[in-house]
Amino acid sequence: MSDFFTFSDPNVRLVTAGTILLGMSAAIVGTFTFLRKRALVGDAIAHAILPGVCLSFIITGEKHPVYLLVGAVLAGWVSLLVMDYLSSRTKLSTDTAIGAVLSVFFGAGILLLTSIQHSSSANQAGLDQFLFGKAAAMTRQDIWVFSGVAVVLLGLVLAFFRSFKLISFDPAFAKSIGLPVRRLEFLLSTITVLAVATGIQAVGVVLMAALLITPAAAARFWTDRIQVMVLLAAAFGLLSGLFGSWISYTAPSMPTGPWIVVLLSLIAVVSVVVAPQRGIWARLRLQRGNARKIRQENILKAFYGIGEAADAPVATVTVEALRQQRPFEDRALELGLWELARKGLLHRHGAGTYALTPTGLRESRRVVRLHRLWELYLTERMNYAADHVHNTAEAIEHVITPEVEAALLKELDHPILDPHDAVIPYQNPPKPSAS
Amino acid sequence: MNAFWIILTGALVATSCGLLGTFLILRKMAMVGDAISHAVLPGIVIAYLLSESRDVLPMLIGAAALGVLTTFMIEFLYQKARLQIDASIGITFTWLFAMGIILISLYAGQVDLDQDCVLYGEIAYVPLDLWITESGRSMGPRPVWILGGVLLLILLLIIVGYRGLKITTFNPEYAAAVGISTVFWHYLLMSAVSVTTVVAFESVGAILVVAFLIVPPATAYLLTEKLQQMLLLTVGLGLLTAVSGYYLAVWIDGSVAGAMAVTSGVFLLLAVLFSPSTGVLTQRFRSRYPLRVTETGK
Amino acid sequence: MKTAIETHNLTVAYNRRPVLWDIDFQVPEGQLIGVLGPNGSGKTTLLKSVMGLVQPSSGYVRLFGQSLDEVRSRISYVPQRESVDWNFPISVREVALMGRYRKDKLLGRLSREDHRLADEALEKVGMLPFADRQIAQLSGGQQQRVFVARALAQQADLYLMDEPFAGVDAASEEAILTLLQDMKQAGKTVLIVHHDLHTAHQFFDWMVLLNTRLIKCGPTPAVFTTEYLRQAYGGQLTILSQVADLVKARDFPVRERSFKDQPK
Repeated sequence: MSDFFTFSDPNVRLVTAGTILLGMSAAIVGTFTFLRKRALVGDAIAHAILPGVCLSFIITGEKHPVYLLVGAVLAGWVSLLVMDYLSSRTKLSTDTAIGAVLSVFFGAGILLLTSIQHSSSANQAGLDQFLFGKAAAMTRQDIWVFSGVAVVLLGLVLAFFRSFKLISFDPAFAKSIGLPVRRLEFLLSTITVLAVATGIQAVGVVLMAALLITPAAAARFWTDRIQVMVLLAAAFGLLSGLFGSWISYTAPSMPTGPWIVVLLSLIAVVSVVVAPQRGIWARLRLQRGNARKIRQENILKAFYGIGEAADAPVATVTVEALRQQRPFEDRALELGLWELARKGLLHRHGAGTYALTPTGLRESRRVVRLHRLWELYLTERMNYAADHVHNTAEAIEHVITPEVEAALLKELDHPILDPHDAVIPYQNPPKPSAS
Repeated sequence: MNAFWIILTGALVATSCGLLGTFLILRKMAMVGDAISHAVLPGIVIAYLLSESRDVLPMLIGAAALGVLTTFMIEFLYQKARLQIDASIGITFTWLFAMGIILISLYAGQVDLDQDCVLYGEIAYVPLDLWITESGRSMGPRPVWILGGVLLLILLLIIVGYRGLKITTFNPEYAAAVGISTVFWHYLLMSAVSVTTVVAFESVGAILVVAFLIVPPATAYLLTEKLQQMLLLTVGLGLLTAVSGYYLAVWIDGSVAGAMAVTSGVFLLLAVLFSPSTGVLTQRFRSRYPLRVTETGK
Repeated sequence: MKTAIETHNLTVAYNRRPVLWDIDFQVPEGQLIGVLGPNGSGKTTLLKSVMGLVQPSSGYVRLFGQSLDEVRSRISYVPQRESVDWNFPISVREVALMGRYRKDKLLGRLSREDHRLADEALEKVGMLPFADRQIAQLSGGQQQRVFVARALAQQADLYLMDEPFAGVDAASEEAILTLLQDMKQAGKTVLIVHHDLHTAHQFFDWMVLLNTRLIKCGPTPAVFTTEYLRQAYGGQLTILSQVADLVKARDFPVRERSFKDQPK
């Protein structure tokens, strides 16, 4: 491991730097591909590039990276045009057009590739590495050319960043403010084709879509801002390029490209799970929090109900009485009581007997107040019958924020009674309005 | 004789894939088919490793499992993680395919599969893989028998399940309202696609499976407006593709699978240009030389 | 009058945001009933929850006093025209025949009677001359008539139609309207989601006026008043939509688990 990360071997240094650069530029360009929902188009372009590479080899008889790149870009553009034509001018749907172009172009590439191999021109060895990438086998010349292209791509994206952002988000608006949308789209498509053509060096035709899309998709879970998203995607591209190179350095039989893709996928999966707000874990926590809130507030309400009936708010209450007030599940009641006691809303007076603390009383009033306010809102503003509003209020009382509460109080003018003629409990009872 | 077996193999794959592909493209799920055909790879490798053989049954189980896993992962990313659909598909299949390639490299000694073969198969070797009975009689190539068996199953599915597939494809909401399970038919179709993919994999590779799943049905779709005709045309086009592709490959001396994908594309191009109802050139010709005043829509 | 549809405390969330709040209504059998409300007021969602296509967060629906599964064969559903791809390779007759598909008869052959009923339905909407046409060749109004024919072929007692008059030419509108009157004469119940206020009071005997909440349900003269229309079309209630946003943003359950209402 240490061998690799000292980067003392100039060859390792070069190959790793090249792989990282390709991964990063694909990730940055791919952010726009992702935002324009064209992930699968990217996949098709990658496949369609193969016949271009083979043709340029057949014509020039050389594997010079510039020639191959020219062939690749031309083929990529042709495939893009054919896809657009099929999906806009025939009755084929977009996904069918993408799939048809992908498989036919790739088939043509395979046909040419095998034909070149069978003709056994000595020079052809290595062309088939386009299928799965050849990061470790890149020559010095390859790396300089492809890295050069990657740098140019990065420059272009930087220069046109705001325009690209706009045409990805809202092309109609971009047009209305006078941006040359068609020319910008042409530029962005060309950049994409170039990024794909160079990225293929690292991961190959079949897996190229991942290099383009997966970093952006992972980044999307962490941020809503496109600048941050681009930076994160680039960082993910960098990391996976670095560790992909390391893995195939330590275990030479391991292919770099597939490892890069697996690493990217792992980053994406981790993002899907742990990202704040959008991640699944965060949402589960939110839902658990909701359940906890509902559990506790329902117990507080039961306390209030018992107190209200007995006209003695802070009297001690037995668990049995709580059960009679409301059909709690055993476990939820036990857990809720424990949580409330720990938060200082309840006192425990010996086995199975509890009392509200002053804070607890205030909280219980708040929940009951929200319940009754919502019931009143439903009957007053939505004209629902008083006997139909209880169930909804049971749920909504837990959702209402202080802001909405204030709005409700204003809208209903600090009411005193709910639709069932029960008193709405206030912290500081309002003065009767001057009517 | 070799030519016959190779063309027959191609034709069997074309028919199975085409019949299923017809419903895939009508459901606008062509790319899900593409994803599945790549994603079954780790299933195949694992089946190889566990059973230490090329037996059909473990392969089918591995493939069907991975096929269902693929659709499940796509749905999960799309619905639970709320990722857009194209990215969900793209991430799922590249990840699984990359895992498959890594597994192949890891167990290179034990797995009789190489990377290139995964993509474009070794249809030329089909005639060599003979099924020899215990009494020593040769029954012809093994893959042909397997592919033939799968084709029978698919024919059965299409004929018996025709109405179920048709209504859940055309108008899933209505089907659900009548009480027909759209989920059942969805997974049935996806399992059939996975099974077909895996048996076709060895001989023709991922690329030709995708081509046969999408291109002949797309061509037929441009040529007809009747579902039954579309299915029949797809089969016919598949056969034509297999024959012409084989001879193209012989002529250029290249991969048979690649050549068949190319000829399928040629037929699609012809249909785009010359389809009697929607062809680009046909319409241009008609507008220049109108036969008579056509009746108006209403 | 017997009750055709009854909903009880029906709350439905779409994309986790509540779009229908506690909808309670009953409509009688043998009437033409319009479901009206502004865009985004939950009309289509209401229809889909009656048809069991979306799961309500709470509440339930009774059809002819029974659950949907018990009476499914008596209910017919006409989805929005945009719900299908009209380039699908299928003929007018085949679509009508789908009205004869049943869950339990999906694999068997269709009988001669099924074919007769499908043709009869096409005849009623004036589409029989087009029976062998491909659906792509039809005008919007004709497509809608084919959808109605498919529903007729189901031989149901209750018809739920989602926007059957949207983007329809005058001839098709006329044809569908006449048909609706015939259906009413035959004692059928038809519930129609409709967006056009100008024609609504001529079309329907009974109305359900919605705007994420139920504004009013009753005979047309009682519902079609300036006051109720103002309530329905005067914009959404601010606090109500604030709360709906909160429910969505915080992934809150619209109903507590123990409080899911069940039919008694």
